[in-house]
Amino acid sequence: MSTVLAKPPTTEPKAAPSAAEMGARQREISVSEFFTKNRHLLGFDNPRKALLTCVKEAVDNALDAAEEAGILPEVVVTLEVAANGEPAPPASQATRFRVTVIDNGPGIVRQQIPPIFAKLLYGSKFHRLRMSRGQQGIGISAAGMYAQLTTGKPVQITSSTGARAATHYFEVQIDTKKNEPRIFESKKIDWDHPRGTQVTLEIEGRYQKGRASVDEFLEQVAIANPHVTLVYHAPEGETRHYPRTIQELPPQPREIKPHPYGIEFGVLLRMLHDTRSHSLAGFLAGDFSRVSTAVAQEICRTAKLSGNARPRNVHGAAAEALYKAIQATKIMAPPSNCISPIGEKAILHGLYKQIKGEFYTAVTRPAAVYRGNPFIIEAGLAYGKGPDQVAVTPDAAAVPLAEGEQREDDNELARVIRYANRVPLLYQQSACATFKAVLETAWRNYGVAQSRGALPAGPMVVFVHMGSVWVPFTSESKEAIADYDEIRKEIKLALQECGRRLGMFLRRRERAKSEFRRRNIFELYIEEVVEACGRLKGGKLAKEKLKMQLQKIALKRTGGPRTDAILGHEGGPEGLPHSIIVTADGPEGEAPVLPGDEGSAVAPPEEARPDKTKPAAARRKAKGKAKPTRSARPPRRARPTKAAKPKTKAPKRRKR
Amino acid sequence: MAQAKAKKIGAVEKKLISVADAVITAADRSKDPTLSIPIRSLANVNFNEKRGIIEMGKRKQERTFFNVSMAKKFMQTVLVADALSELQRADLTTSLREIYYRTKHTMKDSNENTFDNQNESDPLIEDLEVSLAALREELHVRAENAGSIVGPVVFGDDGDRVDCARLGKGGYSVPSIVEPDFIEIRRCTADFVLLVEKGTQWNRLSEDKFWRRYNCVLLTGNGQPPRGVRRLARRLHEEYKIPVYVLVDNDPWGYYIYSVVKQGSINLAFESERMAIPKAKFIGLSSADPDRYGLPRNVGIKLNDKDISRAKELLKYRWLQKKPWQEEIKRMLASGLKYELDALANKDFRYLTKTYLPRKLKEEDWLD
Repeated sequence: MSTVLAKPPTTEPKAAPSAAEMGARQREISVSEFFTKNRHLLGFDNPRKALLTCVKEAVDNALDAAEEAGILPEVVVTLEVAANGEPAPPASQATRFRVTVIDNGPGIVRQQIPPIFAKLLYGSKFHRLRMSRGQQGIGISAAGMYAQLTTGKPVQITSSTGARAATHYFEVQIDTKKNEPRIFESKKIDWDHPRGTQVTLEIEGRYQKGRASVDEFLEQVAIANPHVTLVYHAPEGETRHYPRTIQELPPQPREIKPHPYGIEFGVLLRMLHDTRSHSLAGFLAGDFSRVSTAVAQEICRTAKLSGNARPRNVHGAAAEALYKAIQATKIMAPPSNCISPIGEKAILHGLYKQIKGEFYTAVTRPAAVYRGNPFIIEAGLAYGKGPDQVAVTPDAAAVPLAEGEQREDDNELARVIRYANRVPLLYQQSACATFKAVLETAWRNYGVAQSRGALPAGPMVVFVHMGSVWVPFTSESKEAIADYDEIRKEIKLALQECGRRLGMFLRRRERAKSEFRRRNIFELYIEEVVEACGRLKGGKLAKEKLKMQLQKIALKRTGGPRTDAILGHEGGPEGLPHSIIVTADGPEGEAPVLPGDEGSAVAPPEEARPDKTKPAAARRKAKGKAKPTRSARPPRRARPTKAAKPKTKAPKRRKR
Repeated sequence: MAQAKAKKIGAVEKKLISVADAVITAADRSKDPTLSIPIRSLANVNFNEKRGIIEMGKRKQERTFFNVSMAKKFMQTVLVADALSELQRADLTTSLREIYYRTKHTMKDSNENTFDNQNESDPLIEDLEVSLAALREELHVRAENAGSIVGPVVFGDDGDRVDCARLGKGGYSVPSIVEPDFIEIRRCTADFVLLVEKGTQWNRLSEDKFWRRYNCVLLTGNGQPPRGVRRLARRLHEEYKIPVYVLVDNDPWGYYIYSVVKQGSINLAFESERMAIPKAKFIGLSSADPDRYGLPRNVGIKLNDKDISRAKELLKYRWLQKKPWQEEIKRMLASGLKYELDALANKDFRYLTKTYLPRKLKEEDWLD
């Protein structure tokens, strides 16, 4: 038809394509091809982010697999500069990296290895409603595809399902046209790990520390997953060790059926077509959660359909009526046992382990529902600078101020760390419902400064986790949680509770401080007044006597023992549930049992603790060399111990 | 001389030492040391109609040491008293700012300063002035030399003879302390004193030798006249029985300058006794002048919100309740405009000298 309409008037018509020709050009696009061209949709927009995404996908898979198999996860992440024979550039200059992630998970059966790593949209998690890190079965294959695209190197996989089973080694790539795996290498090898999976990707990337870096990602993984032992070999040769602080797995989330409120019309039509039930009422009661026979009958009545109708025959107007009837019927909220919250204790442990502060608190909200999907919001707070950092300040501030000068105030803004199903979200912070909820919370009510439309100011880390069977991300690269009213409301409620506890802590501390200051200023001023009086009297004054007299009055007026009581009792976590307060004397409250705290009071020297599960490098570095990051803990805490060893169950044969 | 004073303790120094005594006595009795300081605000002044001056009321505030909100101020007050007594002993005069620097130091074993800026020390000096009933001059604290005088008057200043008729158009810079001990008025043959708000108009009058033709003393304080200028006008008025006329802008602030010259200020009401000139006359600019002298409306300036609220406050002052004054202020409010003295230049550069003032004086057109 375009030939008819667009007739070029003068020049010799350059044969416009005919409908037939155009039709011949139409062809199927494979997902792989699509994502090759649109790799930014999956988080491979730039080399720096690509490096992070690769690590993230591999770590997510490792943790999901181990947890599902009931194994306490131990993950080793190694980042190396890939030199390919040439002298290796420094990590900050390098453009090619080799990412290796080793886990102690259940391993993968041989025939599943190629499709899992080299076929997009192949996975175990898409078709069920259950909380897990991965959802679509895109992640690791996309990372492999990215490797193939930028370096041409295949993905190397080593996996063993148990000590007695064989270890398989594979090198695979995706055939992007067909979205099928191409196997380059497949053999049995010897491996020094009894069970688990190792993935190696060689990719083009950039390693840069700071915000949204691999380092930050792994630190945040450690915060939200205190049941994981994580070892990170950074490309600069440093090794960071994040020991396990909770010795049990989080409860296994259950798989649930969809809730009728969360179903879209198209999905309902498909379910009607695919169901095995013979009657409409049976279909409703059997394929959905929270629909009893009575509720199913009620829906049928409202829709003016027979409960005995064949589901396959319900389409068109009838299906639409059914859909409306479902929305109009009151149905119980979906069960929440499909979600496994991190838990207040674990959040506290995670924050305490990784972030230095004076006050920690955590809140887990009861389950709530958006669009028929149950979800749980958890929030946590770490506030303050930690006792050792506080001790440094008085020296720095010893210089008296000149007129117009001001003490350097902490104008740093709070840091928000966001999680969805225990996975840290590092990009697109401002698009995230979490971030908006933090902004909307009136932090000033809790004694924290906040400018209009800005994050609260102060040495504070705000932790927010959303756990759900289906986290509504704003994009495929899973960077920000979509802004549903129900979700934002829950986040705000959780933050408000954290804020209230923080406010109580701050007020209590402030009160004690002001009592102290009160006494202090009198002491200072008495000195001045006595000196001035001495000069006024021309030196004829018993200054010591006057000073004593005034000090006596001051003590009497400022409450004396009462003040001491308040001071000695500074804070104290009583009345503040799920909180830790750190004072110079150590933590109070629900302080986690950190490895090293148990057993003998006098810790034996580092070298005396052999640790077979860790590579030698990990042990050496885990001593906590002066690390520049905030995550650095004193060596006492950062030490792996016998207790940190996994209590593994018998390996199960499971595929991811 | 300084030594002679050191031996015999002066009355002012005694007053300052009494601050230390208050502390010592209280400490002996295990009481909280307290200073009583008269309140310096509108609520604590009375207008003495008979004498025509503002007097300080009897209300006082207690400044106690062992009260968190007052402790620092108490300590600072004692420090300032100490610095002032040092001035007395050494027989020196100094400025407010130097007092601030003299008393500023870091307190022992802390990083806290005794004073952080001058705004903290200035009010304390005023507090001591009022509570000890000592004038600032007696405390040897001077302000900037911010005034000028020219005319047929002769002063003795540190033994020098200063003839203000022979100082060209610049005149003599009025020192901040003009008490008889410091400045002696040897001779004055003027018929009146003209106190001008602004330096520009004073310069115009001085340049035109207005004082010679009308035989007067020209005095300016460059805005709100400092104490030296006010005190000097008062002395000329009192000692030579000559009237004082005040020439200010036509706006609420001009009115208030006149009111301070005439009745004394609210903040330092206790000084009215020595400063106020109850017989001073308001010669202009009056809100009636634009009409009378044909000033066009376009040389006026619209009153802003602050002007309006200030004018409304003035209307309530007890010393401005006379009918002509109420009319004067209300007329300004009704017109919605204020006029600067400078606006007279719209007619002619020398309009002030040639027309305005001669006519005013001839018609005796002033407000009391």
